[in-house]
Amino acid sequence: MIPAPFDYAAPGTLEEAFSLLEQHGDEAKILAGGHSLIPMMKLRFASPEFLIDINNIPGLSYIKEEDGYLKIGALTREAELETSKIVHTKYPIFLDATKLIADPQVRNMGTIGGNIAHGDAANDHPAVMMAMRAEVVISSAEGQRVVPIDEFFYGFYMTAVQPNEILTEIRIPVPGPGTGSAYHKLERKVGDYATAGVAVQLTLDKDGVCTYAGIGLTNVNPTPMRAARSEEVLAGHKLDEERIGLAGQYASEDCNPSSDLRGDEDYKRAVVKVLTKRMINKAIERAKGIVTS
Amino acid sequence: MKKQITISVNGEKHSLEVEPRELLVHIIRERLRLTGTHIGCDTTSCGACTILLNGKSVKSCTVLAIQADGKEVSTVEGMATAEGLHPLQEGFKENHGLHCGFCTPGMLMRAKELLEHNPNPTEEEIRWGISGNLCRCTGYNNIVKAIQYASAKMQGRETPSTEPEFV
Repeated sequence: MIPAPFDYAAPGTLEEAFSLLEQHGDEAKILAGGHSLIPMMKLRFASPEFLIDINNIPGLSYIKEEDGYLKIGALTREAELETSKIVHTKYPIFLDATKLIADPQVRNMGTIGGNIAHGDAANDHPAVMMAMRAEVVISSAEGQRVVPIDEFFYGFYMTAVQPNEILTEIRIPVPGPGTGSAYHKLERKVGDYATAGVAVQLTLDKDGVCTYAGIGLTNVNPTPMRAARSEEVLAGHKLDEERIGLAGQYASEDCNPSSDLRGDEDYKRAVVKVLTKRMINKAIERAKGIVTS
Repeated sequence: MKKQITISVNGEKHSLEVEPRELLVHIIRERLRLTGTHIGCDTTSCGACTILLNGKSVKSCTVLAIQADGKEVSTVEGMATAEGLHPLQEGFKENHGLHCGFCTPGMLMRAKELLEHNPNPTEEEIRWGISGNLCRCTGYNNIVKAIQYASAKMQGRETPSTEPEFV
Protein backbone atom coordinates (compact mmCIF):
# COMPACT_ATOMS: atom_id res chain seq x y z
CA MET A 1 0.00 0.00 0.00
CA ILE A 2 1.31 3.40 -1.00
CA PRO A 3 -0.14 6.71 0.18
CA ALA A 4 -1.79 9.12 -2.24
CA PRO A 5 0.64 11.69 -3.68
CA PHE A 6 1.71 14.55 -1.46
CA ASP A 7 4.48 17.08 -1.27
CA TYR A 8 7.01 17.07 1.53
CA ALA A 9 9.38 19.37 3.37
CA ALA A 10 11.64 18.83 6.37
CA PRO A 11 12.31 22.28 7.81
CA GLY A 12 15.25 22.81 10.14
CA THR A 13 13.55 25.33 12.43
CA LEU A 14 10.14 25.82 14.01
CA GLU A 15 9.87 29.21 12.26
CA GLU A 16 10.18 27.55 8.85
CA ALA A 17 7.61 24.97 9.91
CA PHE A 18 5.19 27.72 10.96
CA SER A 19 5.60 29.50 7.63
CA LEU A 20 4.91 26.23 5.77
CA LEU A 21 1.78 25.77 7.90
CA GLU A 22 0.78 29.33 7.06
CA GLN A 23 1.22 28.56 3.36
CA HIS A 24 -0.61 25.22 3.28
CA GLY A 25 -3.20 25.64 6.02
CA ASP A 26 -5.22 22.57 6.87
CA GLU A 27 -3.97 20.77 3.74
CA ALA A 28 -0.75 20.18 5.66
CA LYS A 29 -0.07 17.60 8.36
CA ILE A 30 2.83 17.46 10.77
CA LEU A 31 4.95 14.31 10.50
CA ALA A 32 6.58 13.31 13.80
CA GLY A 33 7.05 9.56 14.35
CA GLY A 34 4.54 8.92 11.59
CA HIS A 35 3.33 5.66 13.08
CA SER A 36 -0.29 6.77 13.25
CA LEU A 37 -0.26 9.09 10.23
CA ILE A 38 1.55 6.92 7.68
CA PRO A 39 -0.67 3.85 8.26
CA MET A 40 -3.72 6.10 7.89
CA MET A 41 -2.30 7.53 4.67
CA LYS A 42 -1.55 4.06 3.32
CA LEU A 43 -5.13 3.01 4.02
CA ARG A 44 -6.32 6.34 2.50
CA PHE A 45 -8.07 7.33 5.70
CA ALA A 46 -5.94 10.45 5.44
CA SER A 47 -4.69 12.15 2.27
CA PRO A 48 -2.87 15.33 3.28
CA GLU A 49 -1.46 17.30 0.36
CA PHE A 50 1.61 18.36 2.24
CA LEU A 51 3.69 16.76 4.98
CA ILE A 52 5.85 18.90 7.22
CA ASP A 53 8.44 16.57 8.74
CA ILE A 54 9.57 18.10 12.05
CA ASN A 55 12.23 15.47 12.78
CA ASN A 56 15.06 17.74 11.62
CA ILE A 57 14.11 20.50 14.05
CA PRO A 58 16.53 20.42 16.98
CA GLY A 59 15.49 20.97 20.58
CA LEU A 60 12.15 19.15 20.59
CA SER A 61 13.35 15.96 22.26
CA TYR A 62 14.00 15.99 26.02
CA ILE A 63 12.79 14.70 29.38
CA LYS A 64 13.69 17.04 32.25
CA GLU A 65 12.42 18.47 35.51
CA GLU A 66 12.38 22.27 35.46
CA ASP A 67 10.38 24.99 37.21
CA GLY A 68 8.22 22.49 39.07
CA TYR A 69 7.32 20.52 35.95
CA LEU A 70 8.41 17.33 34.29
CA LYS A 71 8.83 18.60 30.73
CA ILE A 72 8.69 16.22 27.81
CA GLY A 73 9.62 17.51 24.35
CA ALA A 74 7.07 16.63 21.69
CA LEU A 75 9.58 14.66 19.59
CA THR A 76 10.70 12.45 22.48
CA ARG A 77 10.38 8.83 21.35
CA GLU A 78 8.55 6.22 23.36
CA ALA A 79 11.81 4.27 23.56
CA GLU A 80 13.48 7.27 25.22
CA LEU A 81 10.85 7.26 27.98
CA GLU A 82 11.54 3.55 28.51
CA THR A 83 15.23 4.17 29.12
CA SER A 84 15.04 7.54 30.91
CA LYS A 85 16.61 7.54 34.38
CA ILE A 86 14.20 10.10 35.78
CA VAL A 87 11.23 8.09 34.51
CA HIS A 88 12.60 4.93 36.13
CA THR A 89 13.13 6.58 39.49
CA LYS A 90 10.17 8.96 39.73
CA TYR A 91 7.52 8.29 37.09
CA PRO A 92 6.93 4.54 36.85
CA ILE A 93 3.50 5.16 35.30
CA PHE A 94 5.27 5.94 32.03
CA LEU A 95 7.03 2.60 32.12
CA ASP A 96 3.66 0.92 32.70
CA ALA A 97 2.31 2.73 29.65
CA THR A 98 5.19 2.70 27.17
CA LYS A 99 5.88 -1.01 27.44
CA LEU A 100 2.26 -1.59 26.41
CA ILE A 101 2.41 0.78 23.45
CA ALA A 102 2.76 -1.12 20.18
CA ASP A 103 6.14 -2.91 19.98
CA PRO A 104 9.86 -2.06 20.22
CA GLN A 105 10.26 -1.00 16.59
CA VAL A 106 7.23 1.29 16.75
CA ARG A 107 8.48 2.75 20.03
CA ASN A 108 11.76 3.62 18.31
CA MET A 109 9.82 5.93 16.01
CA GLY A 110 6.61 6.92 17.81
CA THR A 111 6.69 10.18 19.76
CA ILE A 112 4.94 11.31 22.93
CA GLY A 113 3.77 14.50 21.22
CA GLY A 114 2.33 12.55 18.32
CA ASN A 115 0.58 10.10 20.61
CA ILE A 116 -1.30 13.04 22.14
CA ALA A 117 -1.68 15.31 19.10
CA HIS A 118 -3.26 12.47 17.13
CA GLY A 119 -6.33 12.93 19.33
CA ASP A 120 -7.20 9.25 19.43
CA ALA A 121 -8.96 8.00 22.58
CA ALA A 122 -7.38 4.61 21.92
CA ASN A 123 -3.88 5.98 22.49
CA ASP A 124 -2.40 5.47 25.94
CA HIS A 125 -0.65 8.71 26.86
CA PRO A 126 -3.81 10.86 26.94
CA ALA A 127 -5.26 8.94 29.92
CA VAL A 128 -1.88 9.03 31.68
CA MET A 129 -1.65 12.78 31.12
CA MET A 130 -5.17 13.22 32.47
CA ALA A 131 -4.31 11.33 35.63
CA MET A 132 -1.27 13.60 36.07
CA ARG A 133 -3.14 16.76 35.05
CA ALA A 134 -0.60 17.61 32.38
CA GLU A 135 -0.53 20.80 30.34
CA VAL A 136 0.12 20.91 26.63
CA VAL A 137 2.36 23.60 25.14
CA ILE A 138 1.20 24.62 21.68
CA SER A 139 3.44 26.87 19.56
CA SER A 140 2.83 29.04 16.53
CA ALA A 141 4.40 32.03 14.79
CA GLU A 142 2.52 34.18 17.34
CA GLY A 143 4.17 32.48 20.32
CA GLN A 144 3.20 29.80 22.83
CA ARG A 145 0.01 28.95 24.66
CA VAL A 146 -0.53 26.39 27.36
CA VAL A 147 -3.67 24.26 27.36
CA PRO A 148 -4.72 22.05 30.29
CA ILE A 149 -5.14 18.44 29.19
CA ASP A 150 -8.87 18.59 30.03
CA GLU A 151 -9.35 21.27 27.38
CA PHE A 152 -7.15 19.60 24.77
CA PHE A 153 -9.29 16.84 23.24
CA TYR A 154 -12.22 18.21 21.22
CA GLY A 155 -13.51 15.06 19.57
CA PHE A 156 -12.57 12.14 17.39
CA TYR A 157 -9.06 13.03 16.06
CA MET A 158 -9.77 16.66 16.94
CA THR A 159 -7.66 18.60 19.41
CA ALA A 160 -6.96 22.15 20.51
CA VAL A 161 -4.04 22.32 18.04
CA GLN A 162 -5.07 24.68 15.23
CA PRO A 163 -3.89 24.40 11.60
CA ASN A 164 -1.17 27.05 12.15
CA GLU A 165 0.12 25.45 15.36
CA ILE A 166 2.43 22.67 16.50
CA LEU A 167 2.36 20.78 19.80
CA THR A 168 5.86 21.29 21.19
CA GLU A 169 5.88 20.15 24.82
CA ILE A 170 3.94 18.33 27.50
CA ARG A 171 4.33 19.56 31.07
CA ILE A 172 3.44 17.55 34.12
CA PRO A 173 3.36 19.22 37.54
CA VAL A 174 6.03 17.47 39.63
CA PRO A 175 3.99 15.52 42.17
CA GLY A 176 4.59 16.02 45.89
CA PRO A 177 5.87 13.40 48.33
CA GLY A 178 3.54 10.49 48.98
CA THR A 179 2.52 10.23 45.32
CA GLY A 180 2.03 6.99 43.47
CA SER A 181 0.77 6.33 39.97
CA ALA A 182 0.03 3.36 37.76
CA TYR A 183 -1.36 2.47 34.35
CA HIS A 184 -2.59 -0.71 32.78
CA LYS A 185 -4.52 -1.60 29.71
CA LEU A 186 -6.10 -4.86 28.77
CA GLU A 187 -5.00 -5.81 25.27
CA ARG A 188 -5.77 -8.87 23.19
CA LYS A 189 -2.18 -9.23 22.03
CA VAL A 190 1.07 -7.26 21.96
CA GLY A 191 0.67 -4.08 20.01
CA ASP A 192 -3.10 -3.92 20.18
CA TYR A 193 -5.06 -0.87 21.20
CA ALA A 194 -6.64 -1.09 24.63
CA THR A 195 -9.84 -3.01 25.20
CA ALA A 196 -9.86 -0.59 28.12
CA GLY A 197 -7.10 1.19 30.01
CA VAL A 198 -6.93 3.04 33.32
CA ALA A 199 -4.35 5.54 34.59
CA VAL A 200 -4.31 6.56 38.24
CA GLN A 201 -2.24 9.07 40.21
CA LEU A 202 -2.78 9.53 43.94
CA THR A 203 -1.10 11.57 46.66
CA LEU A 204 -1.47 10.45 50.27
CA ASP A 205 -0.56 12.61 53.27
CA LYS A 206 1.16 11.19 56.36
CA ASP A 207 -2.19 10.19 57.87
CA GLY A 208 -3.11 8.27 54.74
CA VAL A 209 -5.64 10.84 53.54
CA CYS A 210 -5.80 11.16 49.77
CA THR A 211 -4.96 14.77 48.89
CA TYR A 212 -4.87 14.30 45.11
CA ALA A 213 -6.65 11.89 42.81
CA GLY A 214 -6.32 11.76 39.05
CA ILE A 215 -7.94 9.01 36.97
CA GLY A 216 -7.88 8.83 33.15
CA LEU A 217 -9.52 6.21 30.95
CA THR A 218 -8.32 4.85 27.59
CA ASN A 219 -10.55 3.81 24.69
CA VAL A 220 -13.89 3.72 26.50
CA ASN A 221 -15.20 7.08 25.34
CA PRO A 222 -15.11 9.05 22.05
CA THR A 223 -12.36 11.18 23.63
CA PRO A 224 -9.81 10.40 26.35
CA MET A 225 -11.83 10.64 29.53
CA ARG A 226 -11.42 11.80 33.13
CA ALA A 227 -13.26 9.65 35.65
CA ALA A 228 -14.35 12.71 37.65
CA ARG A 229 -16.80 11.02 40.02
CA SER A 230 -14.19 8.37 40.86
CA GLU A 231 -11.66 11.08 41.69
CA GLU A 232 -14.20 12.85 43.92
CA VAL A 233 -14.94 9.75 45.94
CA LEU A 234 -11.21 9.40 46.71
CA ALA A 235 -9.91 12.95 47.18
CA GLY A 236 -10.09 14.22 50.76
CA HIS A 237 -10.64 10.79 52.27
CA LYS A 238 -8.81 7.83 53.72
CA LEU A 239 -8.92 5.15 51.08
CA ASP A 240 -10.67 2.03 52.24
CA GLU A 241 -12.02 -0.87 50.24
CA GLU A 242 -15.46 0.67 50.02
CA ARG A 243 -14.24 3.94 48.50
CA ILE A 244 -11.95 2.14 46.10
CA GLY A 245 -14.87 -0.07 45.10
CA LEU A 246 -17.06 2.96 44.53
CA ALA A 247 -14.38 4.60 42.39
CA GLY A 248 -14.30 1.51 40.19
CA GLN A 249 -18.08 1.41 40.05
CA TYR A 250 -18.39 5.09 39.07
CA ALA A 251 -15.73 4.80 36.35
CA SER A 252 -17.55 1.84 34.85
CA GLU A 253 -20.86 3.72 34.93
CA ASP A 254 -19.55 7.02 33.58
CA CYS A 255 -17.52 5.77 30.60
CA ASN A 256 -19.10 5.30 27.18
CA PRO A 257 -17.52 2.28 25.53
CA SER A 258 -18.74 0.99 22.20
CA SER A 259 -19.12 -2.69 21.39
CA ASP A 260 -16.57 -3.89 18.88
CA LEU A 261 -14.23 -6.81 18.17
CA ARG A 262 -12.45 -6.15 21.47
CA GLY A 263 -15.57 -6.78 23.49
CA ASP A 264 -19.12 -5.64 24.04
CA GLU A 265 -20.11 -2.66 26.11
CA ASP A 266 -20.88 -4.56 29.31
CA TYR A 267 -17.59 -6.42 29.17
CA LYS A 268 -15.64 -3.19 28.73
CA ARG A 269 -17.45 -1.58 31.66
CA ALA A 270 -16.54 -4.59 33.78
CA VAL A 271 -12.90 -4.26 32.68
CA VAL A 272 -12.89 -0.56 33.60
CA LYS A 273 -14.27 -1.39 37.05
CA VAL A 274 -11.63 -4.03 37.75
CA LEU A 275 -8.71 -2.06 36.30
CA THR A 276 -9.67 1.12 38.17
CA LYS A 277 -9.61 -0.71 41.48
CA ARG A 278 -6.35 -2.48 40.64
CA MET A 279 -4.61 0.70 39.52
CA ILE A 280 -5.77 2.58 42.64
CA ASN A 281 -4.33 -0.18 44.80
CA LYS A 282 -1.09 -0.21 42.81
CA ALA A 283 -0.81 3.59 43.05
CA ILE A 284 -1.36 3.37 46.82
CA GLU A 285 1.40 0.76 47.13
CA ARG A 286 3.77 2.95 45.15
CA ALA A 287 2.79 6.04 47.15
CA LYS A 288 3.70 4.13 50.30
CA GLY A 289 7.01 3.12 48.77
CA ILE A 290 6.07 -0.51 48.37
CA VAL A 291 7.95 -1.61 45.28
CA THR A 292 5.78 -3.12 42.60
CA SER A 293 6.91 -4.11 39.18
CA MET B 1 7.36 16.32 -7.01
CA LYS B 2 10.35 13.96 -7.07
CA LYS B 3 13.07 14.66 -4.56
CA GLN B 4 16.70 13.70 -4.48
CA ILE B 5 17.77 11.68 -1.46
CA THR B 6 21.05 10.11 -0.40
CA ILE B 7 21.02 7.05 1.80
CA SER B 8 23.78 4.78 2.92
CA VAL B 9 22.71 1.14 2.77
CA ASN B 10 25.00 -1.40 4.43
CA GLY B 11 27.78 1.14 4.13
CA GLU B 12 27.24 1.91 0.44
CA LYS B 13 25.98 5.36 -0.58
CA HIS B 14 23.05 5.64 -2.98
CA SER B 15 21.61 8.77 -4.56
CA LEU B 16 18.02 8.29 -5.64
CA GLU B 17 15.10 10.28 -6.95
CA VAL B 18 11.99 9.40 -4.98
CA GLU B 19 8.41 10.50 -4.75
CA PRO B 20 7.68 11.59 -1.16
CA ARG B 21 5.02 8.89 -0.89
CA GLU B 22 7.42 6.03 -1.65
CA LEU B 23 8.03 3.77 1.33
CA LEU B 24 11.51 2.87 2.44
CA VAL B 25 10.85 -0.86 2.07
CA HIS B 26 9.92 -0.39 -1.59
CA ILE B 27 13.12 1.51 -2.29
CA ILE B 28 15.18 -1.16 -0.56
CA ARG B 29 13.52 -4.02 -2.41
CA GLU B 30 12.66 -2.64 -5.79
CA ARG B 31 15.22 0.06 -6.49
CA LEU B 32 18.24 -1.36 -4.69
CA ARG B 33 17.13 -4.97 -5.29
CA LEU B 34 17.89 -5.96 -1.71
CA THR B 35 15.04 -8.41 -1.39
CA GLY B 36 16.08 -9.89 1.96
CA THR B 37 13.84 -7.33 3.64
CA HIS B 38 10.31 -8.69 3.32
CA ILE B 39 6.87 -7.13 3.17
CA GLY B 40 4.50 -9.18 5.27
CA CYS B 41 1.46 -7.47 6.70
CA ASP B 42 2.24 -3.99 5.31
CA THR B 43 0.50 -2.57 8.41
CA THR B 44 3.32 -2.21 11.01
CA SER B 45 2.36 -5.45 12.75
CA CYS B 46 4.48 -8.39 11.60
CA GLY B 47 8.03 -7.01 11.63
CA ALA B 48 9.20 -8.83 8.47
CA CYS B 49 10.31 -5.47 7.03
CA THR B 50 12.44 -4.55 10.06
CA ILE B 51 15.68 -2.78 9.18
CA LEU B 52 18.03 -0.57 11.16
CA LEU B 53 17.78 3.17 10.56
CA ASN B 54 20.77 4.90 12.12
CA GLY B 55 21.15 1.78 14.26
CA LYS B 56 17.56 1.63 15.49
CA SER B 57 15.20 -1.11 14.44
CA VAL B 58 12.19 0.22 12.58
CA LYS B 59 9.49 -1.23 10.36
CA SER B 60 10.38 0.00 6.89
CA CYS B 61 6.80 -0.38 5.61
CA THR B 62 5.90 2.57 7.84
CA VAL B 63 8.82 4.87 7.07
CA LEU B 64 8.94 7.06 3.99
CA ALA B 65 12.08 6.68 1.92
CA ILE B 66 12.51 10.44 2.07
CA GLN B 67 12.66 10.23 5.88
CA ALA B 68 15.83 8.16 5.48
CA ASP B 69 17.56 10.97 3.56
CA GLY B 70 21.08 11.39 4.93
CA LYS B 71 20.71 8.38 7.21
CA GLU B 72 22.27 4.95 7.46
CA VAL B 73 20.20 1.89 6.64
CA SER B 74 21.26 -1.64 7.57
CA THR B 75 19.54 -4.66 6.09
CA VAL B 76 20.02 -8.40 6.49
CA GLU B 77 22.31 -8.40 3.44
CA GLY B 78 24.85 -6.46 5.48
CA MET B 79 25.07 -8.96 8.34
CA ALA B 80 27.43 -11.63 7.06
CA THR B 81 31.02 -10.65 6.30
CA ALA B 82 33.86 -12.24 4.35
CA GLU B 83 34.74 -14.05 7.57
CA GLY B 84 31.37 -15.76 7.71
CA LEU B 85 27.91 -15.50 9.17
CA HIS B 86 26.98 -13.05 11.91
CA PRO B 87 26.62 -14.88 15.28
CA LEU B 88 22.86 -14.29 15.08
CA GLN B 89 22.65 -15.92 11.66
CA GLU B 90 24.77 -18.77 12.95
CA GLY B 91 22.48 -19.09 15.97
CA PHE B 92 19.39 -19.30 13.78
CA LYS B 93 21.09 -21.92 11.61
CA GLU B 94 22.33 -24.02 14.52
CA ASN B 95 19.09 -23.85 16.51
CA HIS B 96 16.53 -24.33 13.75
CA GLY B 97 15.39 -20.75 14.37
CA LEU B 98 13.56 -20.72 11.06
CA HIS B 99 11.31 -22.96 9.06
CA CYS B 100 9.91 -21.03 6.09
CA GLY B 101 12.29 -18.13 6.69
CA PHE B 102 9.91 -15.32 5.85
CA CYS B 103 10.17 -13.60 9.24
CA THR B 104 13.88 -14.31 9.65
CA PRO B 105 15.44 -11.13 8.17
CA GLY B 106 13.22 -8.99 10.40
CA MET B 107 13.94 -11.18 13.43
CA LEU B 108 17.68 -10.89 12.78
CA MET B 109 17.64 -7.12 12.46
CA ARG B 110 15.48 -6.69 15.54
CA ALA B 111 17.68 -9.10 17.54
CA LYS B 112 20.77 -7.21 16.37
CA GLU B 113 19.61 -3.99 17.98
CA LEU B 114 18.36 -5.88 21.06
CA LEU B 115 21.82 -7.40 21.69
CA GLU B 116 23.54 -4.08 21.08
CA HIS B 117 21.48 -2.50 23.89
CA ASN B 118 21.38 -5.56 26.10
CA PRO B 119 24.20 -8.03 25.37
CA ASN B 120 22.99 -10.55 27.98
CA PRO B 121 19.21 -10.53 27.82
CA THR B 122 17.10 -12.87 29.92
CA GLU B 123 14.67 -15.15 28.13
CA GLU B 124 11.85 -12.81 29.09
CA GLU B 125 13.75 -9.81 27.73
CA ILE B 126 14.33 -11.64 24.46
CA ARG B 127 10.66 -12.57 24.14
CA TRP B 128 9.63 -9.02 24.98
CA GLY B 129 12.30 -7.69 22.61
CA ILE B 130 10.95 -9.61 19.61
CA SER B 131 7.30 -8.96 20.48
CA GLY B 132 6.96 -6.84 17.33
CA ASN B 133 7.99 -9.72 15.07
CA LEU B 134 5.59 -12.48 14.15
CA CYS B 135 6.67 -16.03 13.27
CA ARG B 136 4.00 -18.49 12.25
CA CYS B 137 6.26 -21.54 12.02
CA THR B 138 8.59 -22.00 14.94
CA GLY B 139 6.53 -21.19 18.01
CA TYR B 140 9.41 -18.85 18.89
CA ASN B 141 11.25 -21.25 21.22
CA ASN B 142 14.06 -21.93 18.78
CA ILE B 143 14.26 -18.25 17.85
CA VAL B 144 14.81 -17.43 21.52
CA LYS B 145 17.49 -20.13 21.68
CA ALA B 146 19.11 -18.73 18.55
CA ILE B 147 19.36 -15.29 20.13
CA GLN B 148 20.71 -16.81 23.36
CA TYR B 149 23.32 -18.63 21.26
CA ALA B 150 24.36 -15.36 19.58
CA SER B 151 24.46 -13.54 22.90
CA ALA B 152 26.78 -16.20 24.34
CA LYS B 153 29.00 -16.26 21.27
CA MET B 154 29.30 -12.47 21.07
CA GLN B 155 30.21 -12.33 24.76
CA GLY B 156 32.82 -15.05 24.36
CA ARG B 157 30.81 -17.44 26.55
CA GLU B 158 30.25 -21.09 25.77
CA THR B 159 27.32 -21.42 23.39
CA PRO B 160 24.36 -23.35 24.76
CA SER B 161 23.34 -26.73 23.40
CA THR B 162 21.78 -26.58 19.97
CA GLU B 163 19.44 -29.50 20.43
CA PRO B 164 16.29 -28.32 18.70
CA GLU B 165 13.16 -28.13 20.77
CA PHE B 166 10.12 -29.89 19.40
CA VAL B 167 6.88 -29.01 21.11
